[in-house]
Amino acid sequence: MMTEFEWPWEYTFPPFFTLQPHEETRNQQIKVWSDLFLRYLKYLNKFQVNINENTFPLFNNDAIKRRLSPETITVILEQLQRTGHAAPLDKRRIEWQVYSYTLEEYANMVYDWIQQTGQLNTICTLYEIASGENSEGTEFHGVDEAVLLNAFRTLENKGKCEVVQLDDSFGIKFF
Amino acid sequence: MNRFEYVEARLHDDEIFVSRDRNVKIYDGDHKTEYEEGEVVLTTHRLFWGRPGEIARAATTLCLSLRHVISLSEETASSYFFGRKTRYILYLREPPPDKAPGPIDHSPHSHIKLSGKNGLTQEFGSALRQTIEARIWEVLVIPKPLSVASNSQNSHGGDNPAQLRLKMRTGIGGIERSIEAKAKETDDNIALAFQDLNVLMAMAKDMVAISKVISTKIREQKGEISDDETVRFKSYLLSLGIEDPVTRENFSSNSDYFRSLAQQICELLLDPIEEQGGMMSLADVYCRVNRARGLELLSAEDLLHACQQLNGPIKLRKFPSGAMVLQLESQDDELVAADTLEKVKMSKSLAVEELAKELGISLLLAKERLLAAERLGKVCRDESIEGLRFYPNLLLHRDS
Repeated sequence: MMTEFEWPWEYTFPPFFTLQPHEETRNQQIKVWSDLFLRYLKYLNKFQVNINENTFPLFNNDAIKRRLSPETITVILEQLQRTGHAAPLDKRRIEWQVYSYTLEEYANMVYDWIQQTGQLNTICTLYEIASGENSEGTEFHGVDEAVLLNAFRTLENKGKCEVVQLDDSFGIKFF
Repeated sequence: MNRFEYVEARLHDDEIFVSRDRNVKIYDGDHKTEYEEGEVVLTTHRLFWGRPGEIARAATTLCLSLRHVISLSEETASSYFFGRKTRYILYLREPPPDKAPGPIDHSPHSHIKLSGKNGLTQEFGSALRQTIEARIWEVLVIPKPLSVASNSQNSHGGDNPAQLRLKMRTGIGGIERSIEAKAKETDDNIALAFQDLNVLMAMAKDMVAISKVISTKIREQKGEISDDETVRFKSYLLSLGIEDPVTRENFSSNSDYFRSLAQQICELLLDPIEEQGGMMSLADVYCRVNRARGLELLSAEDLLHACQQLNGPIKLRKFPSGAMVLQLESQDDELVAADTLEKVKMSKSLAVEELAKELGISLLLAKERLLAAERLGKVCRDESIEGLRFYPNLLLHRDS
């Protein structure tokens, strides 16, 4: 059973939901928000957000009747993008992929796991890696397949793996 | 109906024919009478009713003196057969005891109606209404019966007030005269009012001097008198006067003019600005300076130029929002911000209008204070549908 999510104190502080004009304050504010985004999405095991999803508790605190505007959400997501934790999924930057580890970190984690379990040079399916029994207990278990796929693409660019299309899924061969 | 008299249908000397109508019948109260299908003639004084032709022959007819009429109203009857028609109702006074004999001696009704097969015409109705409202008989009927008496009155001299009043109200000429008199009176009043203003202008300088003397007196006594609010208020008001306003005519160059003006503004406003907490919006400055100058008013532009020349204890300051204020040089942003933060902390959060109310300053200044505190990171903002509020900046300084 999941434990109750622990919101930071800022979540009940009304100005937290208004993007602050004072630079230092704003930087601090965005930092807290970025951490909160990653923490909360990880807690829900959610990897995708829509900036217009205005009933989502992360964006909307009903208790104090404050919500983040889509513009502010975009500012926070752009910050996450700079640190490698988010990427827009469409041109209008409405849908975003968000991940608590960077793609590179995921890629390295999987690669290390493949090495340790002696699966180099064999083809693993994406499903096996993300949801298979063998990967249970690892940090990347349960991670959105689309996120992992993006992670493997970065690995592929380095020549450490090859992504192959298998019918309606993908297989990955690590070198 | 018992107010009618039998009278020969002849006009008196000053009586004028007004209107006539045909096929008229008279109701005594709401009851029909035998007086139907007659002709009515309205004069300035009386209403005659006669059978067709009688009035033209100056025969004896029924006559109602209009001074018996209290008021007039009309009723519209509509009938399926006859269409719409208008009846007029005349409400009458009690008959006078010396009334000449008439068709009926006693009647329980105090109103009569005039009606006819097709009602009365609009023209006759409105003539009747106007005649009754004009009350010309009040003016003329009285001196009429006794020509001897009126002669003797004349011989006693024409300044009898009753007669003057009569003269004034006689006919169209009288109305014209009274209008003329009224216009003249208004004219005189206006002239008098302006005369007062001229005197005031001539005295303005002396008045300012007096107020100055009083204000210094009050200031001297201030130590002894308790800090009574009325005394403070008075001294405050009186301190506004400027004895010798700087005017452009006295200076050869603009820059000299503005420099002197700036100095005077500085002298004038130093105290009020301190009282207001070190800042005063330019709009307030404009009002105060011009109130103090009395009649030598300054244009907003001249005032701005002068304020730009200020370089003493007061400085002109332009906020990033564009708002301009005069600010004491000693006034430090850090200090103001700290002070503002204290206020915000005390109420947990503050809207602009709340701070303005608390400090007794204008909304504009309150907002600038909060924005200044925000620029220094002391407070942070909360914008929501409830409006703009400011909170202590816990995001940066949670433990403070």
